[in-house]
Amino acid sequence: MIDVYKIREDFPIFRNQPDLVYFDNGATTLKPQCVIDAVSDFYLRHTSNVHRGDYPVAAVNDRLYDGTRAVIARLLNCGEKEVVFTHNATASLNQVAYGLGKNFLKPGDVILTTQAEHASNLLPWYRLQKDYGIKIEYIPLDKEGNITMEAFEKTMHKGVKAVVIAHVTNVLGSVQPVKEIAAAAHRYGALVAVDGAQSVPHMKIDVKDLDVDFLSFSAHKMCGPGGVGVLYGKYSLLEKMEPVFMGGDMNARFESCGSVILKNPPVKFEAGTPNIEGVIGLRAAAEYLMDIGLDNIHAYEKQLRSYFIEKMKKLDNIEIYNADNVYGPVDFNAKGVFSQDAAGYLASRNIAVRSGNHCAKILHEVIGTDSTVRASLYFYNTKEEVDLCVEACRDISVENAIGIFF
Amino acid sequence: MNEKMSMLNDPAVLREVIMDHYQYPRNHELTKEEGYRSVHMASDSCIDDITVQSKITGDIVEDIRFDGVACTIATASTSIMTELLIGKTKEEADLIIAEYFRMIDHQDYDADLLDEAVAMQNVYKQANRIKCATIGWNAMKQMLEESERQDV
Repeated sequence: MIDVYKIREDFPIFRNQPDLVYFDNGATTLKPQCVIDAVSDFYLRHTSNVHRGDYPVAAVNDRLYDGTRAVIARLLNCGEKEVVFTHNATASLNQVAYGLGKNFLKPGDVILTTQAEHASNLLPWYRLQKDYGIKIEYIPLDKEGNITMEAFEKTMHKGVKAVVIAHVTNVLGSVQPVKEIAAAAHRYGALVAVDGAQSVPHMKIDVKDLDVDFLSFSAHKMCGPGGVGVLYGKYSLLEKMEPVFMGGDMNARFESCGSVILKNPPVKFEAGTPNIEGVIGLRAAAEYLMDIGLDNIHAYEKQLRSYFIEKMKKLDNIEIYNADNVYGPVDFNAKGVFSQDAAGYLASRNIAVRSGNHCAKILHEVIGTDSTVRASLYFYNTKEEVDLCVEACRDISVENAIGIFF
Repeated sequence: MNEKMSMLNDPAVLREVIMDHYQYPRNHELTKEEGYRSVHMASDSCIDDITVQSKITGDIVEDIRFDGVACTIATASTSIMTELLIGKTKEEADLIIAEYFRMIDHQDYDADLLDEAVAMQNVYKQANRIKCATIGWNAMKQMLEESERQDV
């Protein structure tokens, strides 16, 4: 098990904000010194573009930037050339939808997904529905947002050409049986595209073992910098897929008649100057997480969550929506208090949580409430912080929520 | 300053005003009657979702109604707005709205003009809640502007 107090020393924000209880890790995560150093070293010591310069500093950045693919390949157990850098998980998910729409799907083909998805894994598909006439169908979820294999088998059929789901959903934290789903979907010849934004930072992922075709995630949710996403794709599929963006670096040559020869993946998908310092920072973040051990991180978070849930269950004024899930954020409301009022009150006690529908706007059709408070943990959170949060939750009321304005 | 206004200096009273308008929002029912303008405020924020209706006849704001799902501040501020502006002339309503936005923007304002709306005086301290305190007011402002354009 990890030594959380030692880990916290790696995060300068805990020295600068000693009273902050940061439970909004589903939104973004705090940054360790090694990541901050990796990014600032780019500005302080070795600024340049990549893939364009013949001078020493440019060579340093080429090595760091392209070398990050090997680090991510180790994180995911994939090939280096299967790692595409994008600008966030949303960009990765849009690339998958665009690419499938352009090169893989035809009108009437079905995309199978769920109502627990984040907007970024639904709206790109809604656009395909409108522009290409593909159809969207939903796998029924249980009340805590989980896909059972029984429900999956019932909804899967020959017309389904792609299954697009979050590995861990961003509101309820349901861990979906991605490996079983991929195996079943592949039997029907369907592709499997997974949103890993809430799983890759928190658990050991092996894309070969899961046998997913695409996996999208963000650096900033795994202690890395903002503005960097990753798209993993099986190489043969990346070869077949058209990039969303056209521009510099990704082309090999083009003629005035309009003929264009693109470079091979992954560079084909990285038009324009990338977020170089961000990718270098992602490398530091991925190495940092692997040093601690993703299995250790996962086990610690699971234990901390169950401590949190047990204490929250004892509060009469709190309704929890995902108590039976073993993983992910704690999603709740204080009875009779609108989620944003509750989050505002918690903020007055220095506790950072998220309120609202968390970009999963059709999930209310499953859990029966429009908006919730989401407390999402990471491996640097402590039992003491949980205690502070639970104490503050006990005091959430309409009166106290209004009281913060006076 | 009248007696009511001096009471409205007391934080405990202001808290009570918000509480009361949140628990018992005034004019909190939409109508299907003809002659109402309607604005659905759903694009500014993904959490508060309210609809405001108003009946503006000639120069007079005859009626305002609202409904929707929203936090204490959004609900109470909209409820207070309806009470304050019903029966006013368009010109008076414009003035009160302008004064309200001055207060929310933490500038000097005329408390007498704002009456119970002064309960929102500290919202500027929580920048993320300014949207909540102005959602209903913005809807009304929009409808007054529309009616102005159509009158010309």
